[in-house]
Amino acid sequence: MNIHKQVATTAFLLMLFATIGAALVGFIYDNTYDTIKYNEQQALLKQLNNIIPASHYDNELLTDTIVLAAEHRLGTTTNSIAYRARKQGKNVAVVFSAIAPNGYNGSIHLLIGIYENGKLAGVRVVKHKETPGLGDAIEAKRSDWILDFNGKSLTQPSNKQWKVKRDGGEFDQFTGATITPRAVVKAVHSALLYFDLNKDILFKINSSNKPSESKPDETEP
Amino acid sequence: MTPEQQIIVKNGLWTNNVALVQLLGLCPLLAVTSTFINGLGLGIATLITLVLSNTFVSMIRHWTRPEVRIPIFVLIIASIVTAIELAMNAWFYELFLVLGIFIPLIVTNCSILARAEAYATRNNVLDSALDGFMMGMGFIFVLITLGGLREILGQGTLFANADLMFGPVAEGIELSLSDDYPGFLLAILPPGAFIGLGLLIAIKNAIDRRQSKQAIIVSTPVNTTQSPAQ
Repeated sequence: MNIHKQVATTAFLLMLFATIGAALVGFIYDNTYDTIKYNEQQALLKQLNNIIPASHYDNELLTDTIVLAAEHRLGTTTNSIAYRARKQGKNVAVVFSAIAPNGYNGSIHLLIGIYENGKLAGVRVVKHKETPGLGDAIEAKRSDWILDFNGKSLTQPSNKQWKVKRDGGEFDQFTGATITPRAVVKAVHSALLYFDLNKDILFKINSSNKPSESKPDETEP
Repeated sequence: MTPEQQIIVKNGLWTNNVALVQLLGLCPLLAVTSTFINGLGLGIATLITLVLSNTFVSMIRHWTRPEVRIPIFVLIIASIVTAIELAMNAWFYELFLVLGIFIPLIVTNCSILARAEAYATRNNVLDSALDGFMMGMGFIFVLITLGGLREILGQGTLFANADLMFGPVAEGIELSLSDDYPGFLLAILPPGAFIGLGLLIAIKNAIDRRQSKQAIIVSTPVNTTQSPAQ
């Protein structure tokens, strides 16, 4: 077989398999896109409902959103999304992401819900790299520590008490891990301050009133 | 089962075990075996990929050319892994949340390409699929042993988070050594994975050595044809 023909056949073969592979992946992507999208929305809604129970609001939480610009009080470096809960037109609560930049092992990503009256609805850890077995007690599934934030606000406890016990505050630390809870407490406190200053903007109804695409991944840097 | 297929089974599970003998796929293996369930998750995903890639590669083995066979195998494997990831994301979302992070890791598992190249190109579809399955089983066996050991030593539990994989039925399955187990951080951190795998390889070699000694003593006078497999 002459060399040109051989090269041509080989190239054709490679192209054929590349086409088949791409077609297969494309076909499956097309057929699963809607289901995946739906699953992600449901998972996000479930996460939000952990912070604000579904009975507390009657609006579409996933579409009643506002985009927040990068904000040092929240530790965010990119745009993030805030979800607003309302009942019968009245503001109930807002849920947004915050990042504690100073964990033991990098950033700790939080989801923070705050009621209209400034009290914390709840805090959940979304992503972290803290030491397994020590710092990971901030996860709701590993310990109840994170639930201590429920009902706290800027005035309760007082400004000075927004620290872990070792620093003279009111929040527990873990045996062998002070840095992790310290970082989370600081981030939550700072998020409360942000809420206090920007409450009006956070609850403002979108003027365009068009449902914005809410994609949870885009809140990550 | 033909004698040939029996050899495939034995090779996959023990004699030519992917992780303990071929030492392939160590990157994902060391990365995720911090608990039993994590190990099982990666194991199942790898098993499915191995069976499918071996089957496809064996099906097209007469149509490829030696110069481009590796790129073609890589294409096939990458397509399969992506297809599995998408399908799981759509139809087994709960499972995907647990296994999702491991599935892209499978691409870094060279055992899949190695089996395609070393076995599936030279054998029929059925044997190739069986080879993929048994290699996958051997890999799962190492993953859950290492994962289980590290979980028990590191945090004093076994089968933690089983409910994420098997649903609410498995919620009570978690075992705890004692309520105030202090934990052993080294076992959970990456060095624990290296040390653990080293110990497993040593144990396997010790067992092999003992067996081959016994086999020689027993078999020499009576049965000279049966040499220990290797």
